[in-house]
Amino acid sequence: MTAVRKSRSGGNWRAVYGGPLLLGVLSIAGLLSALFSEGAGRYFSWLALGAPVALTAWFFARRKRG
Amino acid sequence: MVTGAASRRVSPTNGSADAREAALKARTVRIWSVVHTWSSLISTLFLLLLCITGLPLVFHHEIDELLGYDPKPEIVQPGTAKRSIDEIARTALAHDPGRVLQYILWDKDEPGTIIAFTNSKVDGDPDATTLRAYDAHTAKPLGSVGGGPMLIFLKLHVDMFAGQPGKLFLGAMGFLFLIAILSGVVLYWPFTRRLSFGTLRDKSRRIAWFDWHNLLGAITIAWALVVGATGVINTLAEVMLNQWKANELADMVKPYAGKPPPVHLASLDVMLDKARKTAPGMNVSFVAFPGTPFTSSHHFAVFMRGDTPLTSRLLKPVLLDGETGEVSDARDLPVYLRALLVSQPLHFGDYGGMPLKIIWALLDVMTIVVIGSGLYLWIVKRRKHRSHAIAAQPLLQPSE
Repeated sequence: MTAVRKSRSGGNWRAVYGGPLLLGVLSIAGLLSALFSEGAGRYFSWLALGAPVALTAWFFARRKRG
Repeated sequence: MVTGAASRRVSPTNGSADAREAALKARTVRIWSVVHTWSSLISTLFLLLLCITGLPLVFHHEIDELLGYDPKPEIVQPGTAKRSIDEIARTALAHDPGRVLQYILWDKDEPGTIIAFTNSKVDGDPDATTLRAYDAHTAKPLGSVGGGPMLIFLKLHVDMFAGQPGKLFLGAMGFLFLIAILSGVVLYWPFTRRLSFGTLRDKSRRIAWFDWHNLLGAITIAWALVVGATGVINTLAEVMLNQWKANELADMVKPYAGKPPPVHLASLDVMLDKARKTAPGMNVSFVAFPGTPFTSSHHFAVFMRGDTPLTSRLLKPVLLDGETGEVSDARDLPVYLRALLVSQPLHFGDYGGMPLKIIWALLDVMTIVVIGSGLYLWIVKRRKHRSHAIAAQPLLQPSE
């Protein structure tokens, strides 16, 4: 993966992997929080795992047409 | 990213270091493409089956309740004494004459219900086990548990009605799914680095599905990896249980080697009391009768659980002599079985209330779209290669 990532001909790996990476870390945190804590952890898990779904809806709403 | 048909292929023979690097990169991308394509293709059908049957299973508790496969106990005055477990065991045996008890389970979410598992033999075919609920306060039978349409979904999801081989096969398909996800992560770079995250175009049907495949794939990576990996771990449950029986359990029951199985079984209530004293602060999860897969042929095993979302999964078995009811041994389960038990909720998504179940279902639907669009993109690409119309239309290719 690093070999591909270190491409010199443009493309910023943070721009490409940054979003998915952030959502991935958030998802894992959400998956674990509800497992370790029943109150606050549960609410956090809804937000953390709901975020990717909400973001998809947002991307869909502002997609380019034509 | 959508380049013309004449993609800039750099020949490795022109000698420059840049060209060699570019050729190497193109080759790396091709190899990962092959890995991604074939790990997905082989498992596609089964993954669709798992995702589709998994969808209603997320809500199996609610559906069972709705269809009457989740019997509820009678409402009693607070403080009403519970019946003895021995009485409930006798009631259960009288209800199913000719059968034997395998397990007695305390429903974690429904403290007024006790579930009795009966079968023709203690080590009978798991599919022949009958689950019946009994009222903890009145010992009255409340009806059978499980069954109905959800059982069909569950069997399709777990082993496709093909027993242990079916289960292991689905485990292998799950493993291919993990490979497909990881190779997809690698390919995400060359295929999307010219696009901003969340780009959804509708220039053509193919490009639209390509963008959805990338977006939904990227967004569900962590969840899909966790659900996929814990699913694979679950397919190995029986293997792990046998490992525990052959090592840890065999060691615990060594003094009983060669003795005949118990004839007169000890009182359940006496044993439960002793098990609670042996594991203070824990609650009874279930009792396994001697000879069942969860214990030895000489012992009752009372599996104790904690009461937080995490510790309620971490069971601790207390072994009791089947005849005398005396505590023989109590040891925590080995790391691999604890990992299995903790990984189960991460697969089922049933540990964070209804909102988490709904999110689970949405992520599952998104995964179905990723799998379906992947298959569609492959078919379109193949059709194009076949018709030799490559020059006529733009291809979806990695940008160089």
